[in-house]
Amino acid sequence: MRRRVLPGFGLSLGYTVTYLGLIVLLPLAALAWKASDVGFAGLLRLLSSPRTLAALKLSFGGALLAATVNVFIGLLVTWALVRYRFPGRRVLDAFIDLPFALPTAVAGIALTAVYAPNGWLGRWLVPLGISFAYTPLGVLLAMVFVGFPFVVRTLQPVLQSLEQDVEDAAESLGATGLQTFLRVILPTLVPTLLTGFALALARAVGEYGSVIFIAGNIPMRSEIAPLLIVQRLEEFDYATAAALGVVMLAFSLVLLVLVSALQRWTRRWAEVPR
Amino acid sequence: MKLRPLLWAFAATALALPAVGKDVTLLNVSYDPTRELYKAVNTAFIADWKAKHGDTVTIQMSHGGSGKQARAVVDGLPADVVTLALAYDIDAIADRGLLAKDWQTRLPENASPYTSTIVFLVRKGNPKGIRDWGDLVKTGVQVVTPNPKTSGGARWNFLAAWGYALKLPGGNDDKAKAFVKTLFQHVPVLDTGARGATNTFTQRGIGDVLIAWENEALLAKKEPGGDQFDIVVPSITILAEPPVAVVDRNAAAHGTREVADAYLKFLYSPQAQDIEARNFYRPRSPEVAAKYAAQFPKVATFTLAEVFGDWRKAQAKFFAEGALFDQIGPGN
Repeated sequence: MRRRVLPGFGLSLGYTVTYLGLIVLLPLAALAWKASDVGFAGLLRLLSSPRTLAALKLSFGGALLAATVNVFIGLLVTWALVRYRFPGRRVLDAFIDLPFALPTAVAGIALTAVYAPNGWLGRWLVPLGISFAYTPLGVLLAMVFVGFPFVVRTLQPVLQSLEQDVEDAAESLGATGLQTFLRVILPTLVPTLLTGFALALARAVGEYGSVIFIAGNIPMRSEIAPLLIVQRLEEFDYATAAALGVVMLAFSLVLLVLVSALQRWTRRWAEVPR
Repeated sequence: MKLRPLLWAFAATALALPAVGKDVTLLNVSYDPTRELYKAVNTAFIADWKAKHGDTVTIQMSHGGSGKQARAVVDGLPADVVTLALAYDIDAIADRGLLAKDWQTRLPENASPYTSTIVFLVRKGNPKGIRDWGDLVKTGVQVVTPNPKTSGGARWNFLAAWGYALKLPGGNDDKAKAFVKTLFQHVPVLDTGARGATNTFTQRGIGDVLIAWENEALLAKKEPGGDQFDIVVPSITILAEPPVAVVDRNAAAHGTREVADAYLKFLYSPQAQDIEARNFYRPRSPEVAAKYAAQFPKVATFTLAEVFGDWRKAQAKFFAEGALFDQIGPGN
């Protein structure tokens, strides 16, 4: 018989199921229940509307792109934070969490203020033809902003626990710096990077507050899917709003399952000695 | 609204307390730009009621987008009175049986104690020479307005533009549709609410003209930096009538019917009309209007009822899913 630190598997599982049921599953079931009012034909009509598709494309496409950007920049930033000692490192480290703490609307307004044509950066960028504010590029920017801490905070402990002697061993066997990074360090980091990617992705897909201020919200161009949901609610059309919500949930679920499958695959690949 | 849970707690406490000492609490669920207005009105009403009846009235406020506020009341926010941006939102509450369907006939003037109109805010000196609706569709003019799909206020903007085109010589629905379609092609940003659109125009420097409620335009001019803008009154515009109503079922449940009725009637009193005028809403009372004539220039207006029938019809024709705004809106 296996010894457990804490007794009562039955109790803790019961608690887990009840808690998840009340906090997560019940509201989601209510959402699906509301959505069922539109029926199958209604759902098809919703999904074949060019406007819905454009909004979904922006929300999911933007989120995928933002999460990808975050993986690269996140890796760079985490590397600098973990591997080097420099003045102000702790302050910089603390700054990483700010997007977590900031109300998203504040983030949106701040980003817009900076990148608007009369903003600090906007006044230099817009004449060059680069406009973030009120374009899909702005949506991407806001999504990068809110997703960034997820990548860094997932990656940091793993990178910290990476032993120096592995690198020494690689070096002693004649590996160059790049080889060591690509063939020794990166493979161990990939599953974690994917976790960070999935978290940043999930956050960006559902993001409303910060995106709404910088998006411009022009249908077919810079309108995110959550805004469509808000519009349906504004028409007291709960069923369609819920249906859109369910569609987004389904998409997200598929994406997250894909990411976790990829993660399992890379983990195995990383563990096999080659 | 982060305030909402708090208000719930407040309202629950108010219900739990027995009605001794004749302390009455009202919850007024309103829309965004009325914060300053009702702060002043409430103080006056509380003093007035205390003087006449000796009871202490406490008035809780909840502000948010008009449609969102209506949904909250439908979903159980225990509002005694609602003071919203458009009748359609109160209709939606009435449709759920919370108040009588004929609520709009229970108070004078379509149950709108104060009105506003739709005007233009332009940059100082009016560099693009904007005088009327027709100038908004000139080449190179950028127009800022919130999204009629998410903002009740913006629906008045849309209807004002439509009404203008309709009333031009030879105007008809097709011509109005073409005009409004072109107009929205000049809109670079569709904010979700009126305050957001005002900020986009005043703080971010976007656009040559903001289509705004007169009270918002006057307020923007009063803010620091407001001298950077001029108000332009178009040749014709819509009379925006934000309505008020007692939520029958909630008032009955809370035993606040009498005070709630008096509160809304108070909005028509000379004292309250003066407060409303000072907060840039056009008063209904001719005497008070005369006193503030300098602030509110004479303007030709049409009402929603004259041109569009009622809000249910306007909503179905223009703003419902797949209706006119979706057909002609930006991006199409």
